Amino acid sequence: MTPLAKLLEAALFASATPVPEAALRAMAAHADDAETTLESALDELRIHYDTDGHGVELIAVAGGWQILTRPEYTEAIERAQLAARPQRLSTAALETLAIIAYRQPIGRSEIEEIRGVGAGAILKSLHERGLIDVVGRGEGLGRPLLYGTTPSFLEQFALRHLEELPRADELAIALRAPRQATPPGGVPAPATKDNGEAPRRAD
Amino acid sequence: MDDVSTMLPGSLAVAESAASEVFVVELAEYSGPLDLLLTLIRDEQIDIYDIPIARIAEQFLARISSLKLDEAADYLEMAARLVRIKAQTLLPRREGEDLWDDPRAELVRRLLEYQQVREVVDVLERRSEDRRRRFARAYSQQVVQIPVAGKLSLSLPELLSAVDRVLRLARKPHIHDIVPRALDVDGAIGIVRALLAIRARAQWKDILPKKAEPWEVLSLLLALLELAKRGELRLVQPHAFAAFEITRDSSSEAA
Repeated sequence: MTPLAKLLEAALFASATPVPEAALRAMAAHADDAETTLESALDELRIHYDTDGHGVELIAVAGGWQILTRPEYTEAIERAQLAARPQRLSTAALETLAIIAYRQPIGRSEIEEIRGVGAGAILKSLHERGLIDVVGRGEGLGRPLLYGTTPSFLEQFALRHLEELPRADELAIALRAPRQATPPGGVPAPATKDNGEAPRRAD
Repeated sequence: MDDVSTMLPGSLAVAESAASEVFVVELAEYSGPLDLLLTLIRDEQIDIYDIPIARIAEQFLARISSLKLDEAADYLEMAARLVRIKAQTLLPRREGEDLWDDPRAELVRRLLEYQQVREVVDVLERRSEDRRRRFARAYSQQVVQIPVAGKLSLSLPELLSAVDRVLRLARKPHIHDIVPRALDVDGAIGIVRALLAIRARAQWKDILPKKAEPWEVLSLLLALLELAKRGELRLVQPHAFAAFEITRDSSSEAA
């Protein structure tokens, strides 16, 4: 391995959380290894773990890099009680998280409108888990709290950045214009906003 | 009760949040009324753009009563909505009325939007499952977080009282005071000049009082050096360790 690859390996090993790319770049700039670029050194390390038979691998996550154990050893590690998988999130929590990830910054009432269920307790719980945070306050009545996802969200869902989630128009059911119900272009029909009024009649 | 991670299979999980004072009703099968509705539509293989609202409304009501969900407000609200849409579709339409607004449109929009959310949930679930199977080094249940000072919101009196508290804590035990005593060089210069006005030469001991304080000795020494620099007097020591003589410098006076 090149000296820089070895240095990065040591740095990534020393950290329990993903090391931001900027931090690695700063280390590379101070390293004596002028011939190797950060990218090639990371590549080298990743290939080294993948091909030379290692129990760990190099993962790009949350704008940084991290050394993680390979999934085939999860059960053995858990049996030995060296580490335990974190608890799964409920579907309701994942739904809330999905809405926040796509619509951030977003207030509680909008989330509740999309899901059709109260979101207070779930928001509190997601916040306690460090997956979301208050990122501001909205305009309007009571200046509602607006939520957004945290770097820890990216980390726990193995995402490099939010753009790694599928784009809305890539999802299988896009908001196509249904027959006569919504005007072309997928904009929801404003005429039948559920406000209790009977549909307008042409006079 | 951690409502995010708790899923009681086949039973109703009810959590009361003290903070928001809402009941969270979560069934393992359905995460909300839209989920239940979407499931019914899928089970019946119904075209989402042409929902037979009467049939779906009945099935929805039957399902929530069999699940004892009929007291959950969120489900009840959806049931009421379905019944209203059903009533609206039954209203008579005039002949040739093309621009009729489908009362189901808003429901369809919400269902499609919710369907998108569910697809993202699938993606998140896959990714989280993948990540859960990998451990980072030094993994621990308690994530050690280095405390980062947040933004302070303090009033000035609060800040001052905090400073006061810290200072009171930090006050060291009183051991000894060093009182700085100002040297009186100017005074000593006056004394030397007055003496030299009377006598052409003098000795150190002539000027210094009998029981001189250290600050007086220092003041006199500095005064003598100062006057010597200005050329008003000359300091001569005949031999080593001898008492030096102070002589009026007449040459400078002449000049």
